[in-house]
Amino acid sequence: MNSLRSALRALVAIVAVSAGLALAAPVAAQAVNPTAEAVSEEALLNALQGGQAIGGRISIPDQSAANLIKPSGQDWRARHQGTMFWLTILASLAVLTVLVVYYLVRGPIRVESGWSGVKILRFNSVERFAHWLTASSFIVLALSGLNLVIGRYVLLPLIGADSFAWVTQMGKLAHNYLAWPFMLGVALMFLVWVRHNLPQKGDGAWLAAAGGMLGGDHPPAHRFNAGQKILFWVVITGGAALSVTGVLLLFPGLGGDYANWQLTQVLHGVIAAVLVAIILAHIYIGSIGMEGAFDAMGVGEVDLSWAREHHAYWVQEMAEEDSVAPSGARATPAE
Amino acid sequence: MARMKFLCDADRCIECNACVTACKNEHEVPWGINRRRVVTIRDGLPGERSISMACMHCTDAPCAAVCPVDCFYTTADAVVLHSKDLCIGCGYCFYACPFGAPQYPKTNNFGSRGKMDKCTYCSGGPEADSGETEFVKYGTNRLAEGKLPLCAEMCSTKSLLAGDGDIIAEIYRERVVTRGYGSGAWGWRTAYKETVNV
Repeated sequence: MNSLRSALRALVAIVAVSAGLALAAPVAAQAVNPTAEAVSEEALLNALQGGQAIGGRISIPDQSAANLIKPSGQDWRARHQGTMFWLTILASLAVLTVLVVYYLVRGPIRVESGWSGVKILRFNSVERFAHWLTASSFIVLALSGLNLVIGRYVLLPLIGADSFAWVTQMGKLAHNYLAWPFMLGVALMFLVWVRHNLPQKGDGAWLAAAGGMLGGDHPPAHRFNAGQKILFWVVITGGAALSVTGVLLLFPGLGGDYANWQLTQVLHGVIAAVLVAIILAHIYIGSIGMEGAFDAMGVGEVDLSWAREHHAYWVQEMAEEDSVAPSGARATPAE
Repeated sequence: MARMKFLCDADRCIECNACVTACKNEHEVPWGINRRRVVTIRDGLPGERSISMACMHCTDAPCAAVCPVDCFYTTADAVVLHSKDLCIGCGYCFYACPFGAPQYPKTNNFGSRGKMDKCTYCSGGPEADSGETEFVKYGTNRLAEGKLPLCAEMCSTKSLLAGDGDIIAEIYRERVVTRGYGSGAWGWRTAYKETVNV
């Protein structure tokens, strides 16, 4: 039995080896046919998935040139000329429309109890510096940014190609350099105001009453009402996001490859469009929209009546502090 | 007027990079910028192909569409050119270009971009044809002298074709039919929304 089994095993081995040789011979003889296996543009294009590029090896030093075809450039173009363009315009236009209608219907929010003539300090010089540093750089950044989106269609036909190119070139320089004071301003605002912008009791009631903006009594608020707190966090997070994406756009070497640059640019544009629209409303309520409000950031002092009507809790807290330390009385009579 | 195009017959390209060198030399292209480059796909594997690529002078060019200062224009020969006087170096054309053609000399602070530079199809810019200012900004204007782009003219294997789109497509079609294979008109689908059907 054993000898039969080993004989069979030997036979199987011989058959297997010769079969292997027989198979191997034509494989070795068959030359690789590069033509049959050649890459084709169509196949490579069809195999591409979102954002990818057809690439290979390149012998020049610039390795980013190794991408041969990146069809996603066309997608970026379509998004840039479509969604981004309209989002930027419509976001600001929509807010402006609401503001105009609100102003016509409701008018400026007056100090109902009349000026008290007593001024109290609302924002000290550091706070005002942080605010105006951010605000002034933001306005230039926003205008130079908007110019990139709509200038070609609005300003170019008005002032001609050469002047427009010069304005836009200056805008680009301003955008690059004023980004830094803007970042500093956002960081400063965060430091001086974060403790006043945490959720407090009364924020919910303020929100439920919409801050009295749509009629009804003005709900009491702390130093910052719930709307201001939301604005604070929108500006801080939006400003931080703009800073990060902006720095990546400024130093493309930090931001990976072209797909990341495209994404960074889209994010920067969308966040900026939303932030500009929101800040329009902020500018409205801090200027023509509310009597007495501008003084807070303008000179730093507000009228006591204004403070009582808009930030009743804050006035209470101030009064309590003052009664504890009377020397800190900041009220000064009006002239 | 002709509709000028490039067509790289990758089955003939031997990756000699002569087109790259000729372009740099002819136009005295700034350091660090290559208006034309050769990319080898599937390097070292069976069926590898090398393709010479530059600006494809697209139909409905994406760079021109996204340029915030509208500095691009298309010539009567359908060549996409731009004005370096208007360009602000924002980089949008690079984001939009499917071929990586726009490049920027690093001139300003932050290593930020200078005026964009790209293949001109050897036909200069908005300045007067063949003048000194045109040469300094854009390179020579061979088209004004009745010559085709140098990269294609000196291609040793006649892989890189330049000229009227219909004519070079016909040359390529004939080659593919005669030899029985072809890896495609690289970039044509993306640039011209069409390809050379064989």
